[in-house]
Amino acid sequence: MAQSVKTPIYLDNAATTRCDPRVVEAMLPYFTEEYGNPGSRNHRFGWASEAAVDTAREQIAALIGAQPKEIVFTSGSTEGNNLAIKGAAAMYAKAGPGQSGRGHIITAMHEHKATLDPCKRLQKEGFDVTYLEPGADGIITAEMVRKVMRDDTILVTIMWANNELGTINEVPEIGAVCREKGVIFHTDATQWVGKMPTDVERDNIDLLTFSGHKMYGPKGVGGIYVRRRRPRVRLVAQIEGGGQERGIRSGTLNVTGIVGLGKAAELCKQEMESDQQRLLALRNRLEKGLSGTLEHVQVNGHRERRLPNISNISFGFVEGEGLMMAIKDICCSSGSACTSASLEPSYVLKSLGIGDDLAHSSLRLSMGRWTTEAEIEFAIEKITWAVNHLRDLSPLYDMHKEGIDINAIEWQNH
Amino acid sequence: MAYSEKVIDHYERPRNVGIFGTTKEVKERKDVGVGIVGAPECGDVMQLQIKVDPKTGKIEDAKFKTFGCGSAIASSSLATEWLKGKTLEEGLGIKNTQIVEELSLPPVKIHCSVLAEDAIRTAIADYQRKNGLPVSEEAHHH
Repeated sequence: MAQSVKTPIYLDNAATTRCDPRVVEAMLPYFTEEYGNPGSRNHRFGWASEAAVDTAREQIAALIGAQPKEIVFTSGSTEGNNLAIKGAAAMYAKAGPGQSGRGHIITAMHEHKATLDPCKRLQKEGFDVTYLEPGADGIITAEMVRKVMRDDTILVTIMWANNELGTINEVPEIGAVCREKGVIFHTDATQWVGKMPTDVERDNIDLLTFSGHKMYGPKGVGGIYVRRRRPRVRLVAQIEGGGQERGIRSGTLNVTGIVGLGKAAELCKQEMESDQQRLLALRNRLEKGLSGTLEHVQVNGHRERRLPNISNISFGFVEGEGLMMAIKDICCSSGSACTSASLEPSYVLKSLGIGDDLAHSSLRLSMGRWTTEAEIEFAIEKITWAVNHLRDLSPLYDMHKEGIDINAIEWQNH
Repeated sequence: MAYSEKVIDHYERPRNVGIFGTTKEVKERKDVGVGIVGAPECGDVMQLQIKVDPKTGKIEDAKFKTFGCGSAIASSSLATEWLKGKTLEEGLGIKNTQIVEELSLPPVKIHCSVLAEDAIRTAIADYQRKNGLPVSEEAHHH
């Protein structure tokens, strides 16, 4: 190995990122010195923290091409998606609670649970929901959305980039279809914002969810963009109380978190281009390194329309959780759900038509601002060793070598 | 979730990995019983092969190959260790609960031990069938 690396190495940046030390530094004074409540309108402590929140709002607005007033702070993307989806559905419903035919919502099968579960809830409450099935490449296109659009469609919610695959949906084009039909368009941009150029005007977005900890900011803070003009989008609040955030999201503002989120947004804007190029080179090296020496390696999702930092790879005849145990110095995720009671592998991979066996055999490796070339070389070497080792242990690999078609066997399902 | 020391030990130094022959070869061999259980879509496939001494009726050797998580690999590795030197009847006495206990498997991994017990039963039944012996017990299906 050319360079030594400090283990364990972190390749799970799609789960969460390290908080940038410059972000932590910006946050610190707001714990112990400027600890006022921005809602305290009549003293210095309140004014100081309000000013800090205003700055953060500007920093985030600048990152996504919005106006500061269009940013509403939340506790993160789960809350953001809940607020955007349930809040819009309640506001634009065609009929009142308890009735059916309240309106039609379009989403996709491989969205995050923080989108799917609110949609399921709305279904129970009288809304119709269409779950689009992605193609084998994982992409949701504008054409797919157009085809299922109805006269009573009130909301389209499609994520910008998929959290397991990194695949990029046709967001500006979907936004254009929605604009044309006068339908509200929400995008869960949790994996996208901070890493890829975003302009809510150019990209035809009405509602957009983002999170601090996916972009080198702190956990427990995020927000949504809510369009204020052409058209003005309104939401029914999901958390009620003191009327903060213009009544859309009550609760004392998480000032330290918001300051951190703002700083993280500023840094992402500054470093986006260089980060993007560096990560793309690392990801290409990783995929080339693994598929160069190993057989039966499959990169899942569209090869080009993908975030530069996420790689979802299946290694045939090897089970993902077993593989993760063999590479315990590499912290990543698996599409295998062997830890859950259900034994069901990733629904995201399944929605692409990837067989359950290959879904169980997948790893998600996601890089970040501090991932080094040496770490990628280390990962290639370790994973290659582990896959070969586990194939030596795999009855499926033996069968494959003997020319037996594994899919033709009648397995004893349990 | 952290694995127990014994699971890690079996995972890192699996005992008796291997086969007594290819699928075709072991099918022909009367002294070898084969049990393949699980399914790729469930994320676990265990293959257990036992070699029986016809004179003593004892399992003289056992080998495994497993596609699965660390607990599945450890459960099958342990099963081969326990089977060696046992009669068929003694082999059938191995219960999944003993595997759970020995490896300190958490509740979500109990299915790995069930699969190992099934592999044992299936392999022994295969040997009995090949040799015209009464088949003791079939594996329970889930």
